[in-house]
Amino acid sequence: MSIKLDSKIPSGSVGSKWTKYRQEMKLVNPANKRKFTVIVVGTGLAGASAAATLGELGYNVKAFCFQDSPRRAHSIAAQGGINAAKNYRNDGDSVYRLFYDTIKGGDFRAREANVHRLAEVSVSIIDQCVAQGVPFAREYGGLLDNRSFGGAQVSRTFYARGQTGQQLLIGAYQALERQIHLGTVEMHPRTEMLDVVMVDGHAKGIITRDLVTGKIEAHAGNAVVLATGGYGNVFYLSTNAKGCNVTATWRAHKKGALFANPCYTQIHPTCIPVSGDHQSKLTLMSESLRNDGRVWVPKQAKDCGKTASSISDSDRDYYLERKYPSYGNLAPRDIASRAAKQVCDEGRGVGPGGRGVYLDFSASINRLGEDKIRERYGNLFDMYERITGENAYQQPMRIYPAIHYTMGGLWVDYELMSNLPGLFVIGEANFSDHGANRLGASALMQGLADGYFVLPQTIGGYFASGKGGAPSTDHDEFKKALSEIQTKTSKLLSIKGKRTVTDFHRELGKLMWDNVGMGRTQASLKQALERIPQIRNEFWENVNVLGGNDELNPALEYAGRVADFLEFAELLTYDALQREESCGGHFREEYQTEDGEALRQDDKYAYVAAWEFKGVDQFPELHKESLVYEEVHMTQRSYK
Amino acid sequence: MNLTLRVWRQKNSITSGQFVEYAAKDISPDMSFLEMLDVVNEGLILSGEEQIAFDHDCREGICGMCSLVINGKPHGALPATTTCQLHMRFFKDGDTITIEPWRASAFPVIKDLVVDRTAFDRIIQSGGYVSVSTGGAPDGNAIPIPKEDADKAFDAAACIGCGACVAACKNASAMLFVSAKVSHLSLLPQGKVEETRRVLNMIGQMDAEGFGNCTNIGSCEAACPKEISLDNIARMNRLYAKALLKNKLS
Repeated sequence: MSIKLDSKIPSGSVGSKWTKYRQEMKLVNPANKRKFTVIVVGTGLAGASAAATLGELGYNVKAFCFQDSPRRAHSIAAQGGINAAKNYRNDGDSVYRLFYDTIKGGDFRAREANVHRLAEVSVSIIDQCVAQGVPFAREYGGLLDNRSFGGAQVSRTFYARGQTGQQLLIGAYQALERQIHLGTVEMHPRTEMLDVVMVDGHAKGIITRDLVTGKIEAHAGNAVVLATGGYGNVFYLSTNAKGCNVTATWRAHKKGALFANPCYTQIHPTCIPVSGDHQSKLTLMSESLRNDGRVWVPKQAKDCGKTASSISDSDRDYYLERKYPSYGNLAPRDIASRAAKQVCDEGRGVGPGGRGVYLDFSASINRLGEDKIRERYGNLFDMYERITGENAYQQPMRIYPAIHYTMGGLWVDYELMSNLPGLFVIGEANFSDHGANRLGASALMQGLADGYFVLPQTIGGYFASGKGGAPSTDHDEFKKALSEIQTKTSKLLSIKGKRTVTDFHRELGKLMWDNVGMGRTQASLKQALERIPQIRNEFWENVNVLGGNDELNPALEYAGRVADFLEFAELLTYDALQREESCGGHFREEYQTEDGEALRQDDKYAYVAAWEFKGVDQFPELHKESLVYEEVHMTQRSYK
Repeated sequence: MNLTLRVWRQKNSITSGQFVEYAAKDISPDMSFLEMLDVVNEGLILSGEEQIAFDHDCREGICGMCSLVINGKPHGALPATTTCQLHMRFFKDGDTITIEPWRASAFPVIKDLVVDRTAFDRIIQSGGYVSVSTGGAPDGNAIPIPKEDADKAFDAAACIGCGACVAACKNASAMLFVSAKVSHLSLLPQGKVEETRRVLNMIGQMDAEGFGNCTNIGSCEAACPKEISLDNIARMNRLYAKALLKNKLS
């Protein structure tokens, strides 16, 4: 099929596009809205806010999540905050500045029009959440408090202690539960989407598995919205929840939806290091720790086994301060992460397995006193002690980078619709707003912008276009999809091999982390491309999935997800291989400045790489959407 | 270290369950409790036995999905800690550990250690929200809220909806969960508007779901991984009495 990527960006100046779009968009009469059924998959910030808002507008909504309740999605774990261009601090913030910071932070690989819209609606998000009763931090005068966050020179981040994601998700969840009570939303928890059903070229339904009964079912609707999050767990170890997976977006991709920029993955520099092979996930520690901690490793590898206190100051290498004298320990996420990898690669890492660096608070404790440090970071020190058994007031913390967020996702146009008509993609699952790198406190902003304010508007245009009919689940396409899924499930249960699903996932993750992780080279990527199909083939011959289909079967759920990661990993690697430049979260070691900064190749790679599925074991076809910058000039990022 | 596990195994909600003993060998003190179960499960699969089913997701103590009664205590004996954040260094070599699901008739067992907590969602549906729709909200700073009130509201809103309070209570009461939501919203001007209706409806739904009554023992507070305070129950009781009176007078 020939695909033409039409981003549908409205004409006019960047600041007028969203207003113009809303003035011109077609509307659905309130009485007609109830005739349209919208399927929303995933109930994190994007999915829950979209489902609630669509219900409020009068649409019929069917919402799905694999957890036992829509309150549990991994948005809940976001700590830091949410950006909004309110300029409550009077420090020179504006919609334009938030727009510019986001474009620059994304290393000039995001779409201008989408990002400007995001900055515009950011202010409404805060108002909406306050009205819902989200307990944001406040000052003594009763007004909302703000903090500053990485990549910005203004204080525009709203927060609720270290649990902003939790409070925003609970707000969206409560709005969703209200709609369930009112009967506009039908909620299906413990239900996993396994396929998108296309009828006459339009997305008209999904196939799901009821995780309790095992029943495989078809659901028809007038449109399908995927809000199914990111794919960080392709690396096995990440800060994502254990359940996070690529299945929904990958299976939509296999039905024709283009996958954009999968190689843009974000690494967070301050996570607790791996303690052994049993490690099942990584825990992030707020980056704010770098404000008062000094990062170091021993100068010589032979000192790595010694206790930190027995290594004298002259034998320590404070490598961030040495390499980046002006930003020092506050160097941006990607730079700090790569520097940590480099010293560990040199054999100078500390802790079990040698993959860790010290984050030392002794200087700050001497200067400010232990009480002050406890006041600032007490909860983080407690968390660290709970996990490692070490007291970070007495000895330095050990940290190491980990996969944290994925900027790539299904390709969408300005209306957040994929190239498959009727299939919309929102939140982390799409690719649109963060370019090659996401700034702190912007994930929550995007999820809620898409769900509360963008999708509920743009989806009406699709229905008003007259293409929005809903077939019944008796249609042949549904029957076909049902039988395909049943076959696949039976196949997984019938292999009865010798290796567990976890074992395969761990092997894939290690390969991806070593070869397609923080630093990528042509050679490492080619090696991964050789190895991934081998692991995949072995999986389908030698995986052992016990239990039956007609019951709660965590092994079967997990096997299906890992099977998809084993296909998706190849696409991620192809994308990293074709992008012969470094930008944001994608670092090709061949392309760096003398200072180790990412070196973009704007003349060749200022495009969105949107991949078309051609079959497992087939090379996917690359489609390019040129990124046209009308407002902003591309520059080299500098944080020196 | 080597441990003996006594784990509740139950095929589904219809059949009855029983304790089954497993050996957990070569357990590192750095493992989380769930990682220890992962290791045991890997061994079970390789020996041809189905893995122990348990709920979990974020594994960083915030999603509220994990839910084990460990040696008789929901989330184990360590205060203010979810099961996923409990680490094996708090156990000793040779220990026998008993692992059970939440036990409450309002939380029926689905399989092994997995229970159905949708009753909590239905309680929220009955009124655990502010009735505002998207759009048209006034500016976020239009209504100043005293910092003390916002902080107290946050303390109540920190509830992760795990259900440990119910599992800890001899009456399987959900008062701590319900009162945390009632308090969170009533402490804020945005939520105060509907407080009468909310407290009546939520308590009505709580009773309809089959949760027991509160007898002020405080096991719920002791088991809560987020340290939600009993003060919330007192606040809810006041609001409930006021609401009943208000309804009578009108």
